[in-house]
Amino acid sequence: MTAYLGQAFVYLVAAVIMVPLAKRFGLGSVLGYLVAGVVIGPLTGLVGAETETLQHVAEFGVVIMLFLVGLELQPQMLWQMRSKLIGLGGMQVAGSALLISGTALLFSVDWRMAVAIGLIFALSSTAIVLQSHGEKGWSHTEGGRSSFSVLLFQDIAVIPILAFLPFLAMPEPDVVADLVHGGAEMAGTAGEHHADDSLADLPPMIYGLAVIGAISIVIIVGQFLSTPLFRFVAKSGLREVFTATALALVVGISALMSMVGLSPALGTFLAGVVLANSEFRHELESNIEPFKGLLLGLFFITVGAGISFTVLVDNLGFLIGVTVAVIFAKALVLYLLSIVFKVRGSDRWILTLSLAQAGEFGFVLLAFSLQINVLTAEMVELLAMVVALSMFLTPLLFILLEKVLMPKMEKATNEQQEEDVIDEKGQVIIAGVGRFGQIVNRLLLANGVSTTVLDHEAQRVDLLRQICIKSYFGDATRLELLHTAGIDEASLLVVAIDDRERAIHLVQEVKRNYPNLTVLARAFDRGDEYQLEHAGADIVVKETYHSALYMGGEALKALGYHPFQAENLKQAFNQVELENHPELRADWISTKHEKGISASYKELFIKLDGALVQAMKKDRSDTHSHEERGWTPPPAGYDDLLEAQQADDTDGTARSGQ
Amino acid sequence: MKRKILLLFAHPSQHRSEVNLPLYKAAKKIDGVTCVDLYREYPDYCINIDREQKRLLSHDIVIFMFPLYWYSTPAILKEWQDLVLEYGFAYGQGGDALQGKWFLNALTAGGSEQAYKAEGYNHFRLDELLQPLQQMADACGMRYLPPFALFGSRTAAAEQRLKQHVDAWQRLLLAMTEGRFDIEKGCKMRSLTEQIDQLISEAI
Repeated sequence: MTAYLGQAFVYLVAAVIMVPLAKRFGLGSVLGYLVAGVVIGPLTGLVGAETETLQHVAEFGVVIMLFLVGLELQPQMLWQMRSKLIGLGGMQVAGSALLISGTALLFSVDWRMAVAIGLIFALSSTAIVLQSHGEKGWSHTEGGRSSFSVLLFQDIAVIPILAFLPFLAMPEPDVVADLVHGGAEMAGTAGEHHADDSLADLPPMIYGLAVIGAISIVIIVGQFLSTPLFRFVAKSGLREVFTATALALVVGISALMSMVGLSPALGTFLAGVVLANSEFRHELESNIEPFKGLLLGLFFITVGAGISFTVLVDNLGFLIGVTVAVIFAKALVLYLLSIVFKVRGSDRWILTLSLAQAGEFGFVLLAFSLQINVLTAEMVELLAMVVALSMFLTPLLFILLEKVLMPKMEKATNEQQEEDVIDEKGQVIIAGVGRFGQIVNRLLLANGVSTTVLDHEAQRVDLLRQICIKSYFGDATRLELLHTAGIDEASLLVVAIDDRERAIHLVQEVKRNYPNLTVLARAFDRGDEYQLEHAGADIVVKETYHSALYMGGEALKALGYHPFQAENLKQAFNQVELENHPELRADWISTKHEKGISASYKELFIKLDGALVQAMKKDRSDTHSHEERGWTPPPAGYDDLLEAQQADDTDGTARSGQ
Repeated sequence: MKRKILLLFAHPSQHRSEVNLPLYKAAKKIDGVTCVDLYREYPDYCINIDREQKRLLSHDIVIFMFPLYWYSTPAILKEWQDLVLEYGFAYGQGGDALQGKWFLNALTAGGSEQAYKAEGYNHFRLDELLQPLQQMADACGMRYLPPFALFGSRTAAAEQRLKQHVDAWQRLLLAMTEGRFDIEKGCKMRSLTEQIDQLISEAI
């Protein structure tokens, strides 16, 4: 018990130290886990013997991850992906396998072994790729989606590969007898060695029925039984029971799938897809997510810990050579496929470099190959090292991609397209037509105001042109471009570019050179607003202020305030903000050099909030006071006063008439 | 005695205005007239009460200038009355800020003068229709002057009546600011438009 706890502690501490460090250096969590593994494994020898066992547990993280991925994918989306899934995925596996096998043949490896190696190395690491893409926000890019299609195909392809590998074995009678049996047993990615559970020794007909039955169970449970079950559990109000239910679902499906010899990851993925439209989708996600993270982390640590320094040092040249060759071969195949499938620009590089490593399935297949005598023990030891090394190198490839290739690509696509010749000069120049500038542009255009639209993102300009909005590619922060855009004759310049620093700089430059031009600028927040005003912008609009004010009004109305009263409160709020704006800005500008917020600014801000409370109260006051403003009737009793006055006046008149 | 005029102009569709806008521009040229375009200053109808009250205090004559909409002022002028003429400021206890100031409506009406008669299709005379404003001035202790009005305003420009009206308007404003306007005589009239020159003395 103590030993287990000690090991668990070592694993956790390693992760806690290394992962944030890796993240801080922009290396991604995967590399952090891998290094943590190396540190506690081969480097210090704190852990080691249990790595393989742990790996089997940790691979369950992949199963959970695919369940989560499935949840994100509605069935119709999956259907839309079908051509990529089969075409791109199929050709990737086939192409990589062929190229790697061929290369192995050149080095006079036995053909059967060569084919096995090719198939094993053709697979990539779902865990690394999906985790990294999620972290870098690439999941929804073209490159991310293409990568996902390929990974999904690979997960499916594991099953036929497992079935096929035994045919490559040296024909020994006992192995042949074991073929089907072993294949089914190993099919679980988690590599559970429980032959007794397998139904695969059943006659083929019944086995087929069992497979269909299992898949049907997943779909039926997901489709029809899950919602009432989740409702029932949710009603209990016990969060942990819901988590238990979600885990039970995933574990149950995994067990069912490995029982009939299918990949648990594939099974849970299917369940995820079935549940993608469920009302409990987000609840499920948030409950399962932490398990995924921890298990995947554990998995990466075990990969790191599994690296054997003696094997590595003894075969350093060979291992590095093979690893680089594998990565290069896979990248080449992916690059060619990206051309065929018209994946362009930075997406092409995302696809090419993301999937160039060998994956966790490699460990499973290597163990299986050893068991069925396709590969020798020495080979498996070395090849497993290659798999680990290639996984180790992947985060580095991501860094290369992110830091070197992508910026270059972006520049290249922007440069490829030469800055447009501006043939029509508008009355208003709009710099930046993202979500903000676009609306400004549309209002102006709708009123027949001619605009010249500039944006430095070629893709956006393309998109705008597709919807018939005339726009030009170019960097608006360059004065020469503004000059050709006709700033000398323009009435207004609207600055709505996303980069704050550049926006401020642009305003400054323009105001220095064209002091009479009215400059309108979009601000992100209060500080940005002050800076833009300080830079000389004539009109600054905080992008969120008015919509937030609007929503505040909606909130008041939803709370039962009369809509007109809500409107008045909003206006009073706005009024106080406006009145206090100059003072706050002056203070902010004068103390800008200070770190954080200055004490005086804090004080002013508190004062502002106090004034706001007062302003709101004014309207809510019930008593008639001079402070109260707007639509207040004269006080009660005023009528009598008037009548008395009038009586006096009449008396007076009467008397004077006498 | 020099008098300062506060001209509160309310026209919600100025891009269509043929008469009021020229009148407003003509008024701007005269010293001592503070011209306030209410729809420009408060496009959201959110009237700054303090600012408006301060303006009132620093002027001697208040003029509402507007096209007649449904026998009354455009909405923002009503809003202005509702908010600015507060109890305790313009009327009621302590509400004597406007005591003794003059109040004048300068307006345009689409219908002909004939239409604004008991026999006409509008049935009421203009001075009758303006009675709520008259009582407003009375309640605030202001001297109410008969309206300076232009009838048949939709065809005034085409019929060459505009220039004459603008000239009269400028003479009136000038005379008021320079203290050459006979308030006692003016108050007895039903309209300022016709006999305007009888109310103005040439020199001070």
